[in-house]
Amino acid sequence: MATIILFAPLIGAIICGFGWRLIGERAGQVITTSLVFLAAALSWWIFLTFDGTTQQIVLMRWIESGTMGSEWAIRLDRLTAIMLVVVTSVSALVHLYSFGYMAHDDNWREGEHYKARFFAYLSFFTFSMLMLVTSDNLVQMFFGWEGVGVASYLLIGFYYRKASANAAAMKAFIVNRVGDFGFALGIFALFYLTDSIRFDDVFAAAPALAETNLTFLWGEWNAANLVGVLLFIGAMGKSAQLFLHTWLPDAMEGPTPVSALIHAATMVTAGVFLVCRMSPLYEYAPQALAFITVLGACTAFVAATIGLVQNDIKRVIAYSTMSQLGYMFVAAGVGVYPVAMFHLFTHAFFKAMLFLGAGSVIHATHHEQDMRNYGGLRKQIPLTFWAMLIGTLAITGVGIPLTHYGFAGFLSKDAVIESAWVGSGFAFWLLVVAACFTSFYSWRLMFMTFFGESRAHGGHGHDDHNGAVHDAHGHDDHGHGHHEPHESPMVMLIPLGVLALGAVFSGMIWYKVFFGEETAVRDWFGMEQVAHGEAHGADHGAVAAVNSEGETVTAEAAPAEGHAAEGHATGVAPKGALLMLPFTPEEQAVVDTRLDAAKVAKAEHPPTTIINAAHLVPTWVKVAPFIAMLIGFAVAWLFYIKDPSLPRRLAQQQRPLYLFLLNKWYFDELYDVIFVRPARWLGGFLWKRGDGAVIDGSINGVAMGIVPMLTRLAGRAQSGYLFHYAFAMVLGIVALVTWMTLFGGAK
Amino acid sequence: MTSADFRILLPEILLSGYAMAALMAAVYTTRDKLAATLVWATAGLFVALALYIGAAGVGERTVFNGLFVDDPFARFAKVTILLSAAAVLVMSQDYMYRRDLLRFEYPILVTLAVVGMMVMVSSADLITLYMGLELQSLSLYVVASIRRDSAKSSEAGLKYFVLGALSSGLLLYGASLVYGYAGTTQFAGILTTVQAGVPLGLLFGLVFMLAGLAFKVSAAPFHMWTPDVYEGSPTPVTAFFATAPKVAAMALIARLVQDAFGGIPGQWGQVLAALAVASMFLGAVAAIGQRDIKRLMAYSSIAHMGYALIGLCVGTAYGVQATMIYMAIYVTMNVGTFAFILSMERDGRPVSDIAGLNQFARKEPLKALAMLVLLFSLAGVPPMVGFFGKFYVLKAAVDAGWVWLAVAGAVASVIGAFYYLRLVYFMYFGAEQDPVDSRMAPVQWGMLVAVAAIMLLGIVNLFGIEGPAALAAQALVR
Repeated sequence: MATIILFAPLIGAIICGFGWRLIGERAGQVITTSLVFLAAALSWWIFLTFDGTTQQIVLMRWIESGTMGSEWAIRLDRLTAIMLVVVTSVSALVHLYSFGYMAHDDNWREGEHYKARFFAYLSFFTFSMLMLVTSDNLVQMFFGWEGVGVASYLLIGFYYRKASANAAAMKAFIVNRVGDFGFALGIFALFYLTDSIRFDDVFAAAPALAETNLTFLWGEWNAANLVGVLLFIGAMGKSAQLFLHTWLPDAMEGPTPVSALIHAATMVTAGVFLVCRMSPLYEYAPQALAFITVLGACTAFVAATIGLVQNDIKRVIAYSTMSQLGYMFVAAGVGVYPVAMFHLFTHAFFKAMLFLGAGSVIHATHHEQDMRNYGGLRKQIPLTFWAMLIGTLAITGVGIPLTHYGFAGFLSKDAVIESAWVGSGFAFWLLVVAACFTSFYSWRLMFMTFFGESRAHGGHGHDDHNGAVHDAHGHDDHGHGHHEPHESPMVMLIPLGVLALGAVFSGMIWYKVFFGEETAVRDWFGMEQVAHGEAHGADHGAVAAVNSEGETVTAEAAPAEGHAAEGHATGVAPKGALLMLPFTPEEQAVVDTRLDAAKVAKAEHPPTTIINAAHLVPTWVKVAPFIAMLIGFAVAWLFYIKDPSLPRRLAQQQRPLYLFLLNKWYFDELYDVIFVRPARWLGGFLWKRGDGAVIDGSINGVAMGIVPMLTRLAGRAQSGYLFHYAFAMVLGIVALVTWMTLFGGAK
Repeated sequence: MTSADFRILLPEILLSGYAMAALMAAVYTTRDKLAATLVWATAGLFVALALYIGAAGVGERTVFNGLFVDDPFARFAKVTILLSAAAVLVMSQDYMYRRDLLRFEYPILVTLAVVGMMVMVSSADLITLYMGLELQSLSLYVVASIRRDSAKSSEAGLKYFVLGALSSGLLLYGASLVYGYAGTTQFAGILTTVQAGVPLGLLFGLVFMLAGLAFKVSAAPFHMWTPDVYEGSPTPVTAFFATAPKVAAMALIARLVQDAFGGIPGQWGQVLAALAVASMFLGAVAAIGQRDIKRLMAYSSIAHMGYALIGLCVGTAYGVQATMIYMAIYVTMNVGTFAFILSMERDGRPVSDIAGLNQFARKEPLKALAMLVLLFSLAGVPPMVGFFGKFYVLKAAVDAGWVWLAVAGAVASVIGAFYYLRLVYFMYFGAEQDPVDSRMAPVQWGMLVAVAAIMLLGIVNLFGIEGPAALAAQALVR
């Protein structure tokens, strides 16, 4: 069944991409969409009936090269099951939505075919993403990783007549190369250390890696931490974390369904998935986890601040996505991988819905994306409004505090924040502030778009880039007036409705298994239960045993075989989809000070693991995100409903700060100065001076000057006279004999 | 001297007997009318003997009190020699017949030369070596001037003879020095002597002998005869010169340095490396100026001998294996190329000016394509088989630590690629003019196309010659 899920989109992509001329564009669209729907249905079937036991479905022997061997296999565990549902569901809905959204597109001339290509790309992306999440070894994962990269590149640059779209596509690709470099280095390092790329072997060797040192660049590093950080650099690129995030906002150049599928719900969460998938390794890499936590929290905060002032509706949601990804990484960084997956899961629903809703708004307003030109759309597109409202309630985290009733975002985001408090106070505070900002910019989006007066004809700076589009719409197939917004067709509204269901209920339904009682969570993910009290000594004792053997195998540059053998000898891969170790004594001491003593005393289970501990945080910590959300809502209401002139005045008053945020913390400008311009200069230098002058110059000099001269000399020596020839032979023998006499080493 | 000894020598005895019988038969019967039959009979005999040697030969035996050795190395060389000589014979028959050159002596002289080559590669003693070498050389002198009415052909024969005599003198002088210091003419005895230490006189002897043999493989600076003889001789003779004798002489060098001087690879390695570098560069550079395709092929073969010498001078078994593979590939490529050159004519007269190739592809696309493959292969362009020949010798050099030699080889091959590619350029994009005719007998056409196909298909496993070559090299290098 998993095989069908994996290959259905690929078959669809091939049929639609290469065969649409035979079967027609419409048929191609229908085939891809129905195949993805089939995959989605099967995914839900697997998800709901899955028992948590890891399965490996071998498809073929794939790589056989020296000691590196691996199958192409589907690894089916809870993690995969969750991702299957997320990927195929959102993909299926986006396929359906695209029927409406892509029906008419002003970027193409009359009679040009683009729909089949679009659907083929979408399906190809889905296949690559499924490859990624079903992978059973690192190289297979890398294949999927690059596959989604390609699909993302193709789809961001889908409007290839737009220079900005091409630039954005290249930017996404290049920035991701930086991350992929780290990822690849991580894979190499793991192969070097464990002599295997299979997850099971790598996981089994993880405890030994924690005791190994590795020389890299200028220093000695702990192998587990180094690998953890390298892999995370890959995740940073794909998931647009700070410093490698600049491509994500630009990626909004792609068609909006693409943004919903790739740049909100699925591909950008691949980094989170990677960290969770590698949790058996990360559990032994505390410094790497700390790095992830800090970077995730900073990303959440920075992205939220930028989101406050953006005017393009898709960019606001893009920064929101980036911020939410930061939340997920914080959860993974403090070691609650189930919560990271929980937020990933709920986020996929409400963020996809927000994007599709935004797409519906854009569709309704004839490809207007600037929120300053919206306003009062509530009445014209009521269904879209309600969907967006649900999405906003979900992302801002509306629910009943201290209970488990609320929108999806309420449950998952609060889970993240509570866990963050246990792991890192720094991350907690950044996340709470980011939650406040999230609420503000989400409501700002709602108020600017759907409330107030219509600003559609205000037209400042609006005609210069959209004038052509509007003219092209003069014929207007919809039969509406020139600028009259219109509600989207049903194919676009149905996906919104389905996603709305997820945005409302997915949190409440699956709360227990993602972040409920520890036993329930461990059971659901197929992990081994921790016997409380005993667990500590036993588990760490096992680790210690590994350590003592690890030392016998030389700490640093031991040959790879040694490590592999050791890995096989001392450990097997942990059971289940994730690994969550109990706190070490030092960690426990820190954690105990953070928890509510009264709750701990009453608690059924002692807070020896992160999930148990997260349930025992002080009450004010649990309420904090809700308060932050209320503050954000109130301020947004004040700014955009009560007194709409307030934002402008504030912006003028705090001009440097406003510009700083509006220009996205000047990351692009900074990178331009640090990387882009020196690279261009170097390229130009190597081209003109290096290649042109030195290489071409010397080659031309040799080929057109020296060699012909030698040729003439050789021709002259070949005189035809016998005595010349004999003389040459005699000279040759004299030279050889002289040489051998002097340097021949005779005694 | 037992019957077993003679059994080992059977192929040589058979060939000699055949040559004398054929001579008698032709002289006393129809003379030149018998020539065509003799050509085919000789070629058939060559192929039969090659098959016999390849299939029946086993192990390694020294006979006639250490004068003559039969081992995998000798057999590999003999098979190559016999097959290439057979190929050249059959494809030259039509050419010689039409130019009224088909004398009955021709196949007989070739047979005698081949006997000489077989003795050369099997020699285990300086006396055997010299005997084989002179039998080969004397036959070749005559063959070179077989066109008695042509001044050029006579000149070629005479030049070859005089310079060949000089080289023989060098060789003999070297051999006598070696004998003087070693006290024996047997390779095995010389080997024991040099292992105890190398007197200067012995080293002198070694250098002189190598110089004499370098003349035979036309390695620079002992190459000067090559272009003139190649140009002056009738083309079939040139084709013969470029193939079998080169293999024999190269194998003889390998045999001499390994069997007799195996203890001092450092000494002869330097000499061979000097010869190799000089040959590669001279072959590459001087060929650029040539307008005559036969002279061009002469320089081409000088350069190729340079590459083959790389494999020998590194002194390893892998190096010898690389050289033997290189030589096998080299003769194959040359057979194909000369099959084409034989067919170049205008108004019934042979043409060898490369300008005649202009726009040839338009006239004969298939032949031009086959020629393109061959020229690419000669230049060492992957994925043609010629590339793998170069790859093996360069790899042998790198593995043995002669990196600079490998780099020099690569540089020379880049320079050398120019004139091969220029021929391709002429054929496909050359100036607008009437190209040469290419009149081919079926045999020639078959050779050209088959060799071109081999150059392409051989990349799979080089038709399995690696194994025998490795066996040969292991037999030689101990």
